[in-house]
Amino acid sequence: MATDTQLDLWEVFIQSKSGLPYIHSGSVHASDVKMAMQNARDIYTRRGEGTSIWVVPAKHISASNPDDNDMLFDPSNDKIYRHPTFYVMPEGAKNI
Amino acid sequence: MTTKDATYNYAIRLGDNALILGHRLSELCSRGPILEEDLALTNVALDMIGRAQALLKYAAELEGKGHTEDDIAYRRAEINYHNHLLIEQPNGDFAHTIARQLYLSVFEYLFFTELEKSKDATLAAIASKTIKEVKYHMQHAIDWTLRLGDGTVESHKRMQKGLNDLYMYTGELFEMDHIDTYLLHQHIAVDTLSLKAKWQSEIEKVLTEATLSLPEDTYMQTGSKKGVHTENLGHILSEMQYLQRAYPDAKW
Amino acid sequence: MHNEHSDTHFQSRIDNGEHIEAKDYMPEGYRKHLIRQMSQHAHSEVIGMQPEGNWITRAPSLRAKQILLAKIQDEGGHGLYLYSAVETLGVSRAELIEQLQTGKAKYSSIFNYPALNWADIGAIGWLVDGAAIVNQVSLQRTSYGPYSRAMVRICKEESFHQRQGYEIMTTMMRGTKDQQAMAQDAMNRWWWPSLMMFGPHDSDSPRSGDAVKWKIKRETNDELRQKFIDKTIPQAELIGLTIPDKNFKLDEKTGHYTLSPINWEEFHRVVSGHGPCNKQRLDHHIKYHQEGAWVREAAEAYKLKTAKKELVTA
Ligand SMILES: [Fe+2]
Ligand SMILES: [Fe+2]
Ligand SMILES: [Fe+2]
Repeated sequence: MATDTQLDLWEVFIQSKSGLPYIHSGSVHASDVKMAMQNARDIYTRRGEGTSIWVVPAKHISASNPDDNDMLFDPSNDKIYRHPTFYVMPEGAKNI
Repeated sequence: MTTKDATYNYAIRLGDNALILGHRLSELCSRGPILEEDLALTNVALDMIGRAQALLKYAAELEGKGHTEDDIAYRRAEINYHNHLLIEQPNGDFAHTIARQLYLSVFEYLFFTELEKSKDATLAAIASKTIKEVKYHMQHAIDWTLRLGDGTVESHKRMQKGLNDLYMYTGELFEMDHIDTYLLHQHIAVDTLSLKAKWQSEIEKVLTEATLSLPEDTYMQTGSKKGVHTENLGHILSEMQYLQRAYPDAKW
Repeated sequence: MHNEHSDTHFQSRIDNGEHIEAKDYMPEGYRKHLIRQMSQHAHSEVIGMQPEGNWITRAPSLRAKQILLAKIQDEGGHGLYLYSAVETLGVSRAELIEQLQTGKAKYSSIFNYPALNWADIGAIGWLVDGAAIVNQVSLQRTSYGPYSRAMVRICKEESFHQRQGYEIMTTMMRGTKDQQAMAQDAMNRWWWPSLMMFGPHDSDSPRSGDAVKWKIKRETNDELRQKFIDKTIPQAELIGLTIPDKNFKLDEKTGHYTLSPINWEEFHRVVSGHGPCNKQRLDHHIKYHQEGAWVREAAEAYKLKTAKKELVTA
């Protein structure tokens, strides 16, 4: 018996309004990009959720390793000078 | 014949095409080859029933007897339905569905592009909404025709069979009778005869790319404009009209 | 320094209210529980398309037909979201379908009951989706991220399902004698099975403990069932439906309704495969899955062919 195929896994990103970021909505199965696009449209924009769609083969997405979280994300915690509230402005300064 | 009567008939024909195709497609719900495709075909079915509702509502208005679109959809006798024979044919395999979708959506795309220019404002408005939907149906049908035609030996065979089996019902799409001609003169109806060559070359283009061939010329079945159907419509109606007929006083 | 791959660390993350993502460390039991629960949930959505699908072609108005189609389509979508969530744990949809078809995985027993008259479509939306929603709202806060995100999307879409069902029941109760009889008949047949949807009593539910500790389940079977009972009985009474239970009453002190005991024998019989439609539902699923095999193969073959052509022309 041939093993069943359910086609390839794609990840779907939808932009809900022009100008806004594309946000991950979910996945679809499809054998080619046209099918992935149509399936994404049929499944994730049924209620007017989108104005634009990205589909990406799931195999092309890499995720960071949670074991590296310390190394990746902790070092930015103490770089408070990257935030505007770090700086002291003279009283009366406007539009800055 | 008044323009109103003729337009009523015209709206009924278009409405019935949408209604009966919506019926056939909704029979496929939970029967798709993969979940995604199940939902895709349901979307097409929903477009169809929505279109039927708009057209039959307009027909009810033109009729002027206080009927609703549901009265029109559910309470007529078989002979008064005027959908194309192509549409009422029972579902076969997925290739059969795609063949029907291909023949029809290419036709509908050409048809509604013309109807959008109709002097009848309601029909023109329905047409311009429909074109957007049909464009998508057509893309979906073409893409699947390519996949099945140029997929495996089996899918190629099935796709060609679907195309062959349904071909004899495609002639009807282009027929013009006295109602069509009457409304054409008033710039309300579409000259379907003039769409035939374009349709054929469009279909041929897709089939060639899909390594399939246009079925050979054959005798074209006809009858729906006179209300003469295949045996299939009666069964569709007995199912569709069941509750309306069994409980005539009920509101749903 | 703590060990990120320890069950204690995992449990402290859970206790902190953190979400677990696919690549994060998780105990094997957690992973297994998730796969079982999510896939069962996914299969339920997909099998649930069948009883309602039984009425699409007979829906009594164009409006009703569109609502029903859109609703069933949503359920298919829910199955799809949940299959994707399980796939994040490394189990493919093909495997999940095989587990369903070989009986290794279960689906909600409620869908092994038949939809016999049009009011059943009302009862399914109102009672079955109603019960499901109580459960699903709670699951939006489940600890596994992909599951939680799927549930948020599902709950958004579910919001019309129960209302459309209740609308059908209301219309029929305000309709002819025949319609009222159909509505009550549907109520009689769906009431008890919908209460069984929440699963056995907490005292008889062996896995509940871990699932609550891991915050996969946020509330217990009995808590959720009581919520459903308390909000549904007044809705039934409002439109004149009789609760098919002579002993139900409102406990003035607690504000909760009490009912006759649930027939767990029936529950276990249906779960173990002897409900009215178990065989029919599975046969249907297998039949159309098999009939679709050549289509999926064709799509794969076409993909490979076009990829080759692109290589040649590149
Ligand atoms: Fe559901
Ligand atoms: Fe659902
Ligand atoms: Fe639902």
